[in-house]
Amino acid sequence: MTPPIRVLVAKPGLDGHDRGAKIIARALRDAGMEVIYTGLRQTPEMIVNAALQEDVQVIGLSILSGAHNAIVPRVMELLHEKDMDNVKVIIGGIIPDEDAADLKRQGVAAVFQPGASLEDIVDFVRSSVPA
Amino acid sequence: MCRSIRAHRRRAVWFRTHLTSDTPRYTGCRMKVSTAARPFTTISGVPIEPLYGPEQLADLDPARDLTGPGQFPYTRGIHETMYRGKLWTMRQFSGFATPEETNRRYQYLLEQGQTGLSVAFDLPTLMGYDADHALAEGEVGKCGVAISSLEDMETLFRGIPLSDVTVSMTINSPAAVLWAMYLVVAEKQGAAWEKLSGTIQNDILKEYIAQKEYIFPPRPSMRLVTDTIEFSARHTPRFNPISISGYHIREAGSTAVQELAFTLRDGIEYVEWALERGLAVDDFAPRLSFFFNAHSDFFEEIAKYRAARKIWANVMRDRFGATDERSWKLRFHAQTAGCSLTWQQPYNNIVRTTIQALAAVMGGCQSLHTNSLDEAYALPSEHAVTIALRTQQVIAHESGVTAAADPLGGSYFLERLTLDTESAARDYIRRIDEMGGMIAAIETNFPQREIANASYEYQKAVERGDKIIVGVNAFQSDHEDAIEILQIDPLAQKHQAGKLAALRTSRNNGRVRASLDALRRAAEGTENTMPFILDAVRAYATLGEICDALREVFGSHQETSLV
Repeated sequence: MTPPIRVLVAKPGLDGHDRGAKIIARALRDAGMEVIYTGLRQTPEMIVNAALQEDVQVIGLSILSGAHNAIVPRVMELLHEKDMDNVKVIIGGIIPDEDAADLKRQGVAAVFQPGASLEDIVDFVRSSVPA
Repeated sequence: MCRSIRAHRRRAVWFRTHLTSDTPRYTGCRMKVSTAARPFTTISGVPIEPLYGPEQLADLDPARDLTGPGQFPYTRGIHETMYRGKLWTMRQFSGFATPEETNRRYQYLLEQGQTGLSVAFDLPTLMGYDADHALAEGEVGKCGVAISSLEDMETLFRGIPLSDVTVSMTINSPAAVLWAMYLVVAEKQGAAWEKLSGTIQNDILKEYIAQKEYIFPPRPSMRLVTDTIEFSARHTPRFNPISISGYHIREAGSTAVQELAFTLRDGIEYVEWALERGLAVDDFAPRLSFFFNAHSDFFEEIAKYRAARKIWANVMRDRFGATDERSWKLRFHAQTAGCSLTWQQPYNNIVRTTIQALAAVMGGCQSLHTNSLDEAYALPSEHAVTIALRTQQVIAHESGVTAAADPLGGSYFLERLTLDTESAARDYIRRIDEMGGMIAAIETNFPQREIANASYEYQKAVERGDKIIVGVNAFQSDHEDAIEILQIDPLAQKHQAGKLAALRTSRNNGRVRASLDALRRAAEGTENTMPFILDAVRAYATLGEICDALREVFGSHQETSLV
C-alpha cells in the first residue's frame, strides 16, 4: 500500500480568515491524506521550514488579502534555495486571473479561485503527486 | 459543456431553466437539480415543514411573544413607529490605500446621500503594526485604509465635520488607540466629545472565536475593552464604545443560531466585566450596540434579529437587573453576507445583496451596509458601491416595506422560526455559562470547533448539491462578465512609509518616549489606560509604538490551531 500523500496547509500573511484553509485541510484529510495545518500568520520562511521538517509533497497556501504577489514568489524562491522544487505548491483564495497566470509561470502548480469544488482540489492534489 | 457537479448526475429530476436558447453567455445545458430529494432546511440546516399554521404555534403566548414594537421584549422592533419615525442609517463600510484616497471616497459617498461613514482599516492597522513594519509588506492599504498615526487620522477626516457625521470604525484589538486618534481629531476640529456620535467595533471576543485579528491574550484585551466602555460612559455619552459582532462569526461559517448565541454570550461577558469594574449597568448598557450578518435565508435571518432583541431584553432586565429601558433595547447594524458573494457571474451578487438587505430591514436593523457586486474579487469600485447604496435607497423609498413595523410579524412560519431560534440560542448560552463564561469556552476552543464543524458541513452540502449556489454548482456559464476592479496603488506602502519617516523626525521624540513610558506603567497597574493612550496619540506616537508598549506588558496571543 502506498503511503498517504503529505500536505502542508498554510495561512501566510496577517489575515486571519481561515475558513477556507480549514475546510481544505479537512477535505484533504477526509480523502485519506496526511495534513499538517500551520495555523495563522506564517512567514514564507516558517512555511518552507515546516514543509521541509514535515517532508510534505504538497504545500497549499490560502491567501485572501491581496498579499499573494509579495508572499508567493518568496515561498518559491526559498523552496528553490533548499532544493525542494519537487514540492508542489497550490494556492487558494482571491487571486485575480492575471496574477494567477503570473504565479503559475513562477512554478505554482495550481491556483484555485473562489467557488472551486473540494472534489476538484482533492483530485488535483492526487494527480499531481506521483504514486 | 455542462459543468454541473457530479452529484447532480445521480438525480432523476430534470428541469429546464427559463433562459431561451439564444440567451447569450449560457451554456445551454439542462441542469439536473432535484426538487424532491433534497432535504428542506434553512441555509443553517434547520429542517422546515411544508406548511405552518396555528397548530405549530400552540406554545406562542401573544402577551409575552408578540407585544408591539417599542414594547418589552422588543421582538417586533425597538421603536413604536420603526422606519416611519426614522429610516435606518445607510452606512457603507469603506477604506482603501492611503488616507488621502479614502478621504476622497468618503466625500463622494456623503455627496451621494450616504448618511454615515464606516472606516475599514488595512491588516497592518488591524494588527497594530505601522505601515513600515516588516510584516506589513504587501498588505498596506489592501483590505482597508492604512492609519499609523494621528497625522493619518487627521488626513482621513479632512473636511468632514465630526460633530455632524456619525462614524463607525471597524477596529478591534487596537481599538482604544484608533479611537483615541479619532477623539483627538475631533478635539482639534473643535467638536465636543459629548456630542460625538459613532461606534468602534472593539469586540475582541469574536476575534478569538472567528476573525482571528487579535494581538494580546484574552484577559488583558478584555481589560482594554472595559477601559473604553468606562471612558465612554464618562466622556462620550453618545458614542457606542463597542459593537458586539456576530457578522464575522457567521462569515467564518457558523449557523444563524451560533451567530446569535455566541454574540449574545459575548455581550454578557462584556457586561460582566464592566460591572466588575464598578460601573452601574444602566450607565453603560444603553451604549452597547450589536452587529449581525444578513445572510441569504430570508426568514431565518428575520427570525434571528427578532429572537436577538427578545433574548437581550430579558437578559438585561432579569440577569443584570437593568431598569433603564434603553438598556433592554438591542440596537444593531447589519451587513449583507460577504461569504455569499460569488466570483462567478458577479452581477448575481446584486440580487443576493438585495434579498439579504431586505431581510435586515424587515428584521428591524438600525443601520445597514450592503455589499458591492465585485467584492468576491476586490474592494469595491466606486460604480459597484454606488449600486449597493442605491439598493438600500430603493428598499427604503420604493419597496413599501418601511410603512409598517415588523411587517412579517404574525406569519406562522416566521413566529415558529423565531421561537425555535430563541430556544436553540438560549441552549448554547446556557452551555457556555456552565463552562464558566465565554473566555473559558474560547480557551477550550468550544465556539471555534462548533463553527468549523458547521462550516465544513455546509461546504459538503454544497458539494453534494444539497445546497445550490447559482452560477457556482448550478447554472454555470462558460463566459464570465468582465467587471471593473478597484486597483490598489502599489505605491501606497511607500507613500505611507515616507510620511512615517518624516513624522518620526519632526515630532518631539522626548515627549513620545515619556508618554509611552507612562502608558506602560498604567498598563502594568489597574488604572484606565485611555487617558495615557490619548497622551501618546497627541504626542504623535504611532500605532505600532503604542501597541508595542502594550505588547511588552500584556504579551501576544497565539492560538492553538484547530482543524
